[in-house]
Amino acid sequence: MIDMIAPQGSEPAVTPIGEGQNWQGSLDELKGMISPRALTGETMLLNMGPHHPSTHGVLRLLLELDGETIVSCVPDVGYLHTGIEKNMEAKTYTKALVMTDRMDYLNPLGNNLVYCLALEKLASLDVPERAMIGRVILAELTRINSHLVWLGTHCLDIGAMSMMLYCFREREEILDIFELVSGQRMMTSYFRPGGLWRDLPDEFIPTVQAFLDHFPKRVDDYETILNKNPLWIDRTQGIGVITPEDAIALGCTGPVLRASGIAHDVRKSQPYSCYESFDFSVITGDHGDVYDRFLVRVKEMRESIKIVQQGLKMLRKGPFISSNRKFVPPPRAELGQSMEAVIHHFKLWTEGFRIGKGEVYFPTESPRGELGCHLIADGSTNPYRVHFRTPSFVHISALPKLVEGEMLADVVAIIGSIDIVLGDCDR
Amino acid sequence: MQNLRSLGDRVQEAFPDAVLDTIAFRDELTLIIDPEKIIEVARFCRDTEGLEFNLLSDLSFVDYYPEEPRFAVCYHLYSIFFRHRLRLKVMLSGEEPQVATVTPIYPAANWQEREAYDMMGIEFIGHPFLKRILMPKDWEGYPLRKDYPLGYEQVQFTFNFDEVMRQKPQAKREKNT
Repeated sequence: MIDMIAPQGSEPAVTPIGEGQNWQGSLDELKGMISPRALTGETMLLNMGPHHPSTHGVLRLLLELDGETIVSCVPDVGYLHTGIEKNMEAKTYTKALVMTDRMDYLNPLGNNLVYCLALEKLASLDVPERAMIGRVILAELTRINSHLVWLGTHCLDIGAMSMMLYCFREREEILDIFELVSGQRMMTSYFRPGGLWRDLPDEFIPTVQAFLDHFPKRVDDYETILNKNPLWIDRTQGIGVITPEDAIALGCTGPVLRASGIAHDVRKSQPYSCYESFDFSVITGDHGDVYDRFLVRVKEMRESIKIVQQGLKMLRKGPFISSNRKFVPPPRAELGQSMEAVIHHFKLWTEGFRIGKGEVYFPTESPRGELGCHLIADGSTNPYRVHFRTPSFVHISALPKLVEGEMLADVVAIIGSIDIVLGDCDR
Repeated sequence: MQNLRSLGDRVQEAFPDAVLDTIAFRDELTLIIDPEKIIEVARFCRDTEGLEFNLLSDLSFVDYYPEEPRFAVCYHLYSIFFRHRLRLKVMLSGEEPQVATVTPIYPAANWQEREAYDMMGIEFIGHPFLKRILMPKDWEGYPLRKDYPLGYEQVQFTFNFDEVMRQKPQAKREKNT
């Protein structure tokens, strides 16, 4: 984190507000990040955030302004750092799973998924088909949920108030589905190593089907409200352009990269959790501006609907979690009949399971981009090291490139368009 | 996997001295690289035809305390055109963990290296702005090191209220009383 900055020198360009409130910092530590003109007071340094409503959480930007044009931008993060990676090292593999929900709070099931998949790959643990398809359905519903929140708040930032209400109306229905399967609306922890926590209930298919019956129409409405609106087009088209080369070099993934015209989607390029058996297309844009990123996400919602629709058809009755008793505790009914089941139950809930030495990196496609989990095991019951590659962290680091030369009012549009979640960034 | 191995072989042929070890595990290839040569190897991986690892997907860091070399920095490279992945790993000493920055080759490494510096105290030589990123500027120590305690606050009940209160920092005590 960087100190609050104000210019220093014998004659400060901006007079400190209030008497006797001389600030203590210096601009030296920002050498190379801001232009030399800021030192002479020719350009103005402005703090945006961390409490600014359009910074989507607690992001602070230090903007250098020449009039209303951005000369340079220094993002400052870390206000939401909770040490999740460190905490996970002190917990067993099962307990550590609960921490993952809290990272990206708009994509809780996606976070569960990446951790479970990394763990399953590391331990060579099998997952039954019903669990894999259930995971895909729920992961795609999470994607729709995340895109709805993004659309609502992004529009709110630019001034289209009513979209927020529409988007949150649909989001409620998705949260109700999460509540139906897991008992929780946001911090679900529903995916467990080897499968799912509980079987999908009988009402699951009708509930999701009812949602799918009316939702596509609503997506059409959203698109029509916005892309026929001249104000919206003025505020978004040609703003915050990033070329494909720059996007790759800066590590952008997900909708940000796809809006620049690169068809990179981990679900297609390295399919996981039986995504290879689903038929969907990767949406790309042409210009890499705010408007294209909006279009890509809206169209992605339609692709997600397609995936969920196919998933519901593919869902068959069957086991919902692996029967490998070294990793998965036995069901309650077995405990009364089998001594072995009691031993497994006791061992798994007191000590936890062990995974032999090794390391894996597992990439998945979160609503924001590539969400990866680098998991290292040393043979004990706790993960030796877990590192999450979170898309928000990388995208905020690309923000200076995006806002340079833009107007101050467009900064909020650009922040909204890269869809950041600060919990995901700071972990 | 066969395909992946041939990629590893190409890097090995180009840099016989720099590739110290090759590990294949769960369909993933790890090349242990000499820390002094990481810049050349990374540039080779990015620019060579047929490899073209153009995306630095992730940069992670590990502490193998008390082993020596103690620290590791892992570069997860990905090629968008060929869809293959490779992990480069450099092992660094516990005394002075230093490695050259790859930011000029992969600009995406900028913040991820800052995170490694912040959390593990690994110094990236030549980095444009090597400052703490997630922790406060005046924080002491490097939280993700294995010899850094996790920290714990005792839960306050009626029977131990005063005892716990005595251990709290001054500011909190004043707020609560």
